[in-house]
Amino acid sequence: MVILFAVFLLTLLVLTAVAIVRTDNLFVAVMLTGIFSLLMAANFFILDAADVALTEAAIGAGITTVLFLGALALTAEYEKSISTGRWLSLGVVAVTTLILIYATFDKPRLGDPQAPVHLHVAPWYLEQTPQLIDIPNVVTAVLGSFRGYDTLGELNVILTACIGVLFILGGRRGQYSPSDGTKSLSTIHSLRHHLIPKIVGHFLIPFIILFGFYIQFHGEYGPGGGFQAGAIVAAGIILYALLEGEAQALRAVPRSALMGMVVGGAMLYGAVGIAGIALGGNFLDYSVLTDNPVAGQQIGILIIELGVGLTVCGALLLIFHAFAAREETD
Amino acid sequence: MALVIDILSWILLTVGGAFIFIGGLGALRLPNFYTRMHAASLTDSMGSILILLGIMLQAGWSLAAFKLLAILVFLLLTGPTASYALANSALLSGLKPEYFRPDNAEK
Amino acid sequence: MELFGLYNYWVFTVVLMIGFYAVIAKGNLIKKLIGLSIFQSAVFLLYITMDKVDGGTAPIVQKGVTDQVFSNPLPQVLILTAIVVGISTTALGLAIVVRIKEAYGTIEEQEVQSLDRDQ
Repeated sequence: MVILFAVFLLTLLVLTAVAIVRTDNLFVAVMLTGIFSLLMAANFFILDAADVALTEAAIGAGITTVLFLGALALTAEYEKSISTGRWLSLGVVAVTTLILIYATFDKPRLGDPQAPVHLHVAPWYLEQTPQLIDIPNVVTAVLGSFRGYDTLGELNVILTACIGVLFILGGRRGQYSPSDGTKSLSTIHSLRHHLIPKIVGHFLIPFIILFGFYIQFHGEYGPGGGFQAGAIVAAGIILYALLEGEAQALRAVPRSALMGMVVGGAMLYGAVGIAGIALGGNFLDYSVLTDNPVAGQQIGILIIELGVGLTVCGALLLIFHAFAAREETD
Repeated sequence: MALVIDILSWILLTVGGAFIFIGGLGALRLPNFYTRMHAASLTDSMGSILILLGIMLQAGWSLAAFKLLAILVFLLLTGPTASYALANSALLSGLKPEYFRPDNAEK
Repeated sequence: MELFGLYNYWVFTVVLMIGFYAVIAKGNLIKKLIGLSIFQSAVFLLYITMDKVDGGTAPIVQKGVTDQVFSNPLPQVLILTAIVVGISTTALGLAIVVRIKEAYGTIEEQEVQSLDRDQ
C-alpha cells in the first residue's frame, strides 16, 4: 500500500520537473520549484529520512522560493526561447538517460538489508550511539559528534556564501538598474493595505519563532537540529519583513545583530573545538568537556547545534535583505 | 467500539479526499482566475478539516492527537489568509472579474 | 517486485536528465539555475533511496524498545549538509545574475555574449 503511494509521489515529481522546464514564464517556474521541493520532502519522509524531509521543506520549499522571487523582481519575468541546438541537447540527454537506466540494473533493490551500504559503518553508529552519546536521534549524533568536522566545514560554506552575496549586492548599482517602479518590489515595501494578512501574520509570527526554538532544542530527541531551526526562524522574520516593510524589519532585527549572529555562531562552534584541545582532548572532542564523557558529548552537541542555528538564521536573513534592499531608488 | 471509530475515520478520510479531488477538478476546469480561487480555497479548508479529524480519531487520546489539532488550527488560519492575499493582489494588479450580464448571455 | 525495487532509481535518472537539459538547452540564466537546483534534488533522492531498509523506521532510538530495525543514518547526514550547501550556491548564483542584469540589461545568455562581442 505504501508502495503505491510512493510510486504516485515519484511520478508527480517527474511531471512537475517537466512542467518547470517547459514553461516560459519564470514566476510559474519558481512556484513549481516550490511544489517540487515539497514533493521531494514527502518522498524523503516515505523513505524514513525525517530530518532530511524537515530540512528540505524548510529550506527548499521556503527560503529558496523567497530568494528566487527576490531575484526575479530585480530581473526579467519571461524567458525567450532559443532555436539552435535544442535537438542536439535532447539527443544527448536521451542517450545519457538510457545509459544510466541500463546502469541502474546493477543496483541493489530498494530496501535490501544486505546492500553494501548497510554493512559497513552504519551498524557501528547505530550500536554505539546509545552507549557513547545516549541521545535518541542517531542522525544528530552522527552530524554533531561523529562527523562534527564536516558540519564545521558546512557552516563555513554558508558563512562564505553570505559574505559573497553581501559583497556582490552591497555595492553601487549598475547602469540598467530597475528604477521604473511598475513591476518592482515597491509593493513589498509595505503591505499595509492588506489588512487580513497583516493581522494573521502578527498572530502567527510568535508561534513560528517558538516552533523554530522547539526544533532547535529538540534536535536530540526527534527530527530537528540547527539547520531546520535556523531556516524556520529566518522564515518567520522574513514574513515580518514582507508584512511591515523591509525598513521596519531592519529596525526590529538590525544588520549589526545579524552579522553578530552569523559570525558568532561559527566562532561558537570553533570555540567548542578549541575548548576540547584546552581541556586535554583532541579538536572537537566533546568527551573532555565535563567529568562524565556521555554528558560532555550531549553538552557539546547542544552548543554546536546552537551555533549552527545562529549562523544559518543570520546568513539567510542577510541574503534576503541584500536582495530586498537592491530595489531602493536613489 | 474500535470498529465504530475505524468506520467513522474511513468515512471522514474518504469524504475529505473527495472534497480535495473536487477542488482540484474545479481549479482545472473553471473559466477564470477568481472562480478557480473560489474552488481551490473552499474545498481546501473543508478537506483538511475532514482528513485531520479522521486521523485524529485513529490516534486516540494522545500527544499526537493534540499535535494534529494544532496543525488543524494553523492550517485553518493560514489557508484562507493565503487565498485572500492571492485574490487581493490579483484585484489590485488589475485583473478584473468577469461579470455575468443578462443581456450578453444566451437564453 | 524487481521493477518497483528499481523505480526510485529510474525516477532519479529522469529528473536528473530533465534538470541537466534545462541547464544546457535553455538560454535564460535563471532557468539554468532552476535546472541546477532540480539536478541537485535528484542526487539527494538517489542517496536517500539507498538508506531505506525493509521494515525499518527513522533512526531514532526509543528507550525500552530493543530489536528494532533502523534505516541507515549515514546518507541522511550527507544530504543534510548537501541541502544547505545547495542553497548557498543558489543564493550566490542569483546574486551574480542580478548584477549581470544591471550591467548588460538582459539575462539571456546569447544576448549577453553578443553584447560582449560587440564591445
